[in-house]
Amino acid sequence: MSTPQRKRTVIVMRHSPYGSSLTRATIDLALAMGAFEQDFDLLFMGAGVLQLLTDQDSAEIGVRNAGKVISSLPLYDVESVLVDADALRRYGIAASDLVLPARVLEAVELHPLLSEADHLVSC
Amino acid sequence: MIYTLLVLASPVSGHGARTAARFASAALDRGHRIDRIFFLDEGTATGSQLAVFPQDEADRLAPWVALAEQHAVELVLCIASALKHGVLDANEAVRHEKPAASAHPAFIISGLGQLIDAAASADRFITFGG
Repeated sequence: MSTPQRKRTVIVMRHSPYGSSLTRATIDLALAMGAFEQDFDLLFMGAGVLQLLTDQDSAEIGVRNAGKVISSLPLYDVESVLVDADALRRYGIAASDLVLPARVLEAVELHPLLSEADHLVSC
Repeated sequence: MIYTLLVLASPVSGHGARTAARFASAALDRGHRIDRIFFLDEGTATGSQLAVFPQDEADRLAPWVALAEQHAVELVLCIASALKHGVLDANEAVRHEKPAASAHPAFIISGLGQLIDAAASADRFITFGG
């Protein structure tokens, strides 16, 4: 199949880390896109920013620590991790509380990012 | 126009999966192209041929099988999600020493690369559920 032009994708993460299995499936998608050298951003919005908190402990609920998986993303060619500034403020999270370096975007910056993407994957 | 669909919605909860099947059918009727539909997370339960639904409700599986058989749409279940949901083809059942295959033969079990490949060549990428 031909790919006439390279697509820019934004994966939007909107859910808290342990409420469903979707967040883990979406991280797997980001890892696969990194491995396949796709042009994409991983954007955490709304309750999705809770996935980025340091000091998560999921041992008692028997699932993998979401923060640990996410902190390894840069090793797997997931280069652009973005965070919604409004969501950080809403949850009282500082940029220094995040498990990996992420670019914090204000609403005025999010709008062009989302409207100019070829594909949005809303998870 | 070429569409790629990603189905995250469970076939048994909400109406996202049903909407996805109806969208696919309507798009094809209008002359658009859908080469592949990818099922991830709870969406992979769609591919089970062992699920039994109430007789007075719409069949959840038939619309997908029709898309595959009549329009040659590839229906791909994410392998990691499908295994967790107990949707296995014969190969996976043997590999994981399970007593039966549960995936309907209209569905293929494969990796996320299949989604990435389909999205790269699509004009439109639509997510159902999530």
